[in-house]
Amino acid sequence: MSEKILEIRDVKRVYKDEDNEVDALVDVNLSVEKGEFVSIIGASGCGKTTLLRLIAGFDKPQSGDLLLDGEPIKEPSIERGYVLQQGSLFPWLTVHDNIAYGLKVRGVYKEEKARVDEFISLIGLEGFEKAFPHQISGGMAQRVAIARALINDPEILLLDEPMGALDSFTRADIQDKLLELRKKKNTTMILVTHDVDEAIYLSDRIVIMTPRPGKISEVIDIDLPHPRHRGGTEFLKIRRELLEKFHLAAAEPEPEYMI
Amino acid sequence: MKGNNKVLRHANAILFSISGFIIAIIVNTLVPQVASDVSLEEYPFAGFLVNINDAYRLVLALLILWYLGNGLYAVKSKEGWKKYTKQAKFRFACGIALALWDVLGTKLEVLPQPFFPGPAGILRAFLMEGSFIFENTLYSLRLLAAGFILGVIFGVGTGILIGWFPKVYYWVAPVLNITGVIPAVAWMPFALTLFPTPFSAAVFLIVICVWFPVASLTASGVQSTPKAQFEVARTLGAKTVTLVFRVAVPHALPQIFTGINTASAFAFTTLVMAEMMGQPGGLGYYINASKVWSAYYKVFAAIIVMAILFSVITKVVAWIEHRALRWQKGLLK
Repeated sequence: MSEKILEIRDVKRVYKDEDNEVDALVDVNLSVEKGEFVSIIGASGCGKTTLLRLIAGFDKPQSGDLLLDGEPIKEPSIERGYVLQQGSLFPWLTVHDNIAYGLKVRGVYKEEKARVDEFISLIGLEGFEKAFPHQISGGMAQRVAIARALINDPEILLLDEPMGALDSFTRADIQDKLLELRKKKNTTMILVTHDVDEAIYLSDRIVIMTPRPGKISEVIDIDLPHPRHRGGTEFLKIRRELLEKFHLAAAEPEPEYMI
Repeated sequence: MKGNNKVLRHANAILFSISGFIIAIIVNTLVPQVASDVSLEEYPFAGFLVNINDAYRLVLALLILWYLGNGLYAVKSKEGWKKYTKQAKFRFACGIALALWDVLGTKLEVLPQPFFPGPAGILRAFLMEGSFIFENTLYSLRLLAAGFILGVIFGVGTGILIGWFPKVYYWVAPVLNITGVIPAVAWMPFALTLFPTPFSAAVFLIVICVWFPVASLTASGVQSTPKAQFEVARTLGAKTVTLVFRVAVPHALPQIFTGINTASAFAFTTLVMAEMMGQPGGLGYYINASKVWSAYYKVFAAIIVMAILFSVITKVVAWIEHRALRWQKGLLK
């Protein structure tokens, strides 16, 4: 399990305005192992989404390398599945056809049709195959988006705050679904989130990023066994540590209160 | 008996629905022909010799049968029945209006003649030259179909190019915006000289009047496709052709249909105007030719055919739209 799948070396990404330069990312180094679940957390503007988009291949760095299995990432490909916050399902396709999209685009739908049904039952949406996206709930829609991203068996699943717009019950449900899918498919997952609990619950490692300039400030290993208890002592301890780190990472530390 | 009550209620509503037309038949049969110069000449029709009053009563009978059948069918579903009963009052009023028009137009000729013949008088056009009207209708239909279909194809095609390639947008969009506001018939003199036949000239006019709204709305639909959908499609293996035809075009479909609906109204106008200005056939031609002889009943006959033809076409387009946009919110039943 210690095979490196993704390597990010000295990545720098600068956004240029007319007369402004914003360092979105500087000196980013990170490697991810096969089957690992890595979360990237940080305040808004820390470049976490920028980093995910670089990995996806939507964007290119000014300098530095992004390597997938030793090969440089040049453009989006089926090796890297991508799930967005919300509303990225194709509204004109049914649940079934949304999930089958990747197979159809590659022209292998006839041969691998069975995979669609497999994923529909994996995400627990039997009976909704023929529903259109506007007829299902937000939580269901995100499960469909995840299944759609996994249909081509990508090496890495990139998750850009996929649960950000959901209520906490639905969120917990999808988190469990993600862990289940990861266990079944052994897919490497990288999650961008601003939810500390979510990151602890899901991740093997948490990457903390800080803004201006966007960079990685710390990487924390989470060695808790699954299934994790959201209210467990260890869980809460890590949570407190993490929150404290964020206070330290902020520009102006807030006073702490003792009870 | 509850069930009996229900049957009675249904029968009542259906009877009310068709009673207007029944009254119209009775009025036509019983009111004497006062005005003297109405032609009651008999024409051969389906093996019989009929005059205009026979034809008028036949049409009323067909309407009665139609709404009777509709009513019996509507009983089956609650929604259908609701719709049927809602329109009952309107149908009743139609029947009464026909009866009134019949008395004023045909029986008494109080309305100024020959400009406002009665309903029976209009039917004379169909009795006299039904097959000629039919030929002209076919001519119009052919012209419209050719122009409309070609216009939609060109419109969607250019719309995709304008929406997808910024360079095409830069060079073509201003031209489209300026030429698009010109009513297509304004090009008539050029069309007639540039095209070998009047038919192809009229097709050209319909094509350009359809092309403009379809192209501009297709373009805006393509342009407004969310970036996220393209990105997701790319991570699923989509290349440019797929991005255009399996992301942008389906996304633009509702707007394409808005364009087509607008275009169909333009197309009807252009069709009739083109026919009135220089076609060897068509309903517009028929109106023009009849007007010269002050045969206004024929003008009305052509107008009725147009009303039926154009509403059928509008219905067909709406049906296709409903099928194609099943996935949209609100369109789903």
